[in-house]
Amino acid sequence: MNQANRNVHTSKVRAAEVRTESRTLPLSGIKVIELGNFISAPYCGKLLADSGADVIKIERPGSGDESRSYGPFPQDIPDLEKSGLFLYLNTSKRGVTLNLDSHTGRALFHKLLANADVLIENCQPEQYDKWELNYDCLSQVNPRLVVTSISPYGRSGPYQRYRAYHHNACALGGVFTMGDPEREPLTLPLFQGHFQGGIHGAVGTMMALFARQITNEGQHVDIAEADIWAGYFSAVGIQAYVYADRIRKRAGHRTKGFYYPLCILPCKDGYISEVAVLGTQWKSFLELIGRGQVPEWYQNDPRFQDRVMSSIDFADELDRKQSPWLMQYTKEEIFAMCRERRIPFAPVYTIDEVVNHVHLKEYGYFVDITHPKTGPLKYPGAPFRFSETPMRSSRAPLLGEHNHEVYCNQLGLSKEDLVRLTQAGVV
Amino acid sequence: MTTPSAKSNKAVLPLEKYRVADFTTVAAGPLLGSILADFGAEVIKIESRVRIDAMRMGPENLEKHPDKDPAFLHANRNKLGITLNFEKPEAISLAKRLIAVSDVVVENFSPRVMPKWGLDYASLRKTKPDIIMVSLSACGQAGPLKDVVAYGPTLSSLSGIDSLVGYEGDRPLGTQGFYTDWNSPIHGVLAVLMALWHREQTGIGQYIDAAQWQATVSCLPEAVMDYTMNGRVARPRGNSQPGFAPHNVYPCQEEDKWVSVCVKTDLEWERLRGAMGHPPWTDDPRFANQLGRWKNRVEIDKAIARWTANYTHHDLTTLLQSHGVAAMAFLDSSERLFDPHLEDRQVYTEVTHPLMGDYIIGGIPWKLSGTPGQIRRASPLMGQHNSYVFGNILGLSPQEISRLEKEQVIY
Repeated sequence: MNQANRNVHTSKVRAAEVRTESRTLPLSGIKVIELGNFISAPYCGKLLADSGADVIKIERPGSGDESRSYGPFPQDIPDLEKSGLFLYLNTSKRGVTLNLDSHTGRALFHKLLANADVLIENCQPEQYDKWELNYDCLSQVNPRLVVTSISPYGRSGPYQRYRAYHHNACALGGVFTMGDPEREPLTLPLFQGHFQGGIHGAVGTMMALFARQITNEGQHVDIAEADIWAGYFSAVGIQAYVYADRIRKRAGHRTKGFYYPLCILPCKDGYISEVAVLGTQWKSFLELIGRGQVPEWYQNDPRFQDRVMSSIDFADELDRKQSPWLMQYTKEEIFAMCRERRIPFAPVYTIDEVVNHVHLKEYGYFVDITHPKTGPLKYPGAPFRFSETPMRSSRAPLLGEHNHEVYCNQLGLSKEDLVRLTQAGVV
Repeated sequence: MTTPSAKSNKAVLPLEKYRVADFTTVAAGPLLGSILADFGAEVIKIESRVRIDAMRMGPENLEKHPDKDPAFLHANRNKLGITLNFEKPEAISLAKRLIAVSDVVVENFSPRVMPKWGLDYASLRKTKPDIIMVSLSACGQAGPLKDVVAYGPTLSSLSGIDSLVGYEGDRPLGTQGFYTDWNSPIHGVLAVLMALWHREQTGIGQYIDAAQWQATVSCLPEAVMDYTMNGRVARPRGNSQPGFAPHNVYPCQEEDKWVSVCVKTDLEWERLRGAMGHPPWTDDPRFANQLGRWKNRVEIDKAIARWTANYTHHDLTTLLQSHGVAAMAFLDSSERLFDPHLEDRQVYTEVTHPLMGDYIIGGIPWKLSGTPGQIRRASPLMGQHNSYVFGNILGLSPQEISRLEKEQVIY
């Protein structure tokens, strides 16, 4: 069997395996087309695919999804088939290549949509217009299609055509509330906004599928990362402004205006995160560092009795008072002592400590997936766990891996047609 | 004044045929139920006067009145409310009767609590075999840390995300918010919807373990994979983003106002240069390509900051956008409320509360064109719907309800 046929055979067998397994998965039978790039739409597609939906991912011929070029790469050697971000975000999907800039490509795209339940897209505004991805157009192709759009600012509103990357949406959404007050503000790390777009997109898609059970019609689900930051994450902040004239400002390693302590402090071998919502928890910690009773320097100082005021006016002093004790012990020692006393303090774990943590190991959170190009690798696992229909991740597709299966077997093109289309740069 | 539904003739709500028994408390757990309620589910919040939900008495609640907490209002809108005192055995059997006519149970107690009340999944299945139950927890229902006492900040630190927030080469400053707290219920909502969908096809219910730690790590794959592939441990890197340079927030004329600017390609760099009026420093050959701009990003940031300091953050955003540069002002709470785009997107809305009057809450961040979510009612007063739930749903007589109230079962 030559290589081309072997790929076809392997993918047929793998697809068959996927389809058999997916009968026991929550979303088996749902057909999704993903026109997604980088993170937000692909994370949405991954959540659905790992739960049994049949997700066909459309990538640009040649370079494919941008995340293929992002890495990380094993031994830092870039390879379109070995990017960690791509491999994680695109598990359990089938992959085809298609050039939507061509009319023929768009016609094939519409054929795919005609038989699908869901389209997920996160295209740039120019592509959204050029490829006519608006709902009015697509609903004519398939009135039962759910179209889920994920973008920084949404598909409506005055800023819908603004140029925007991930951090710009964080800015509009108001989540630069981290960092040192004397320096530039910081926001959440890596690409949390895109992941939120993805998870909210998956939720919206499911809502639309439930609606379709009642109305027998599709609809447009429009997700904006800025909306999520502003409305979902920061609504309480707006209330604080309107009714108490308070605006949240960054305060470095701590948060002001909440019960002291709410901060990250150094200890012997790293950092400890402190929070004590209940007074009893804070008292337990004071007794711990006072070797059995609340230290006199705390007891006798009336300034410290109001914990909210303490967080604003006396936090530096309280941090200094705690420090000698913290510096005597390691993260794990402090964590163990706090757990014993039901104090909710915890180590600030670095990523290696998370990956190697005995709790996540026993829980079985991380998963090993073998890929023809990388061999076995450890990936983050499922964000939640079902008792009857556990999610499972099968490996991400190679670029164009399922072209034959989808265009020929499913859409009825001949092998020769597929060759012509590939030669013409349509596929 | 409740928000009008957006552009739809249909009054259909996608989840209108489902009932949810909501045992959650504090910040994150209740959000799950409120999202289901926004899209039509009948969500019944179960509380007790014996131990009032801490969220009803939060720091924003200046009067310390359990029915006047703003955050509670936001996170529990659209729900019905009953009181049940689980120190009384009759309360437990009433809860079971409610669950017998519900589709979903949501809880976020520490793992011992529901079993202690006989309301664990195995027991509830006897009452309702196809029940769907979701437990939101810190670290999951299995493993050595399953009983750990934790809040959002605890989980932020355990999950590794806090170790990634800080300036390049500097100490971790942490997310300082409750990001992981909010990330957990949204993943929980998805799990519930998938389980409901599955049950519609098969008639089979199930138990969902939705842990905050796991949901957070699922959003950090770049860091995880760089470690599992290459043994490299990610550290804070300020606002830098590989693949981009310049990429930061820059100070504006007003005090503590900033604009986020993201430049990826050579073309975008040319546009930024154009917006700045081609200052000579940008002719430096070191900055002519993406690699050079990445390597010299600290120096470039300083130079850009000298220019941005001449503009207000709104003017700068407009100027840069007009040149095709990805730029946006960082809006604080006072500004987000009045931003025309966010207003158009109905990101904030108002609900009328019996004691608080017209009050601002977060809107519904999913814009569904055909069957939008709706804010139909405010959060419940304590026990506000006791008579409806115990009377209409469970069929108790007013005398029964009265007796149970006197005996502090409905309490």
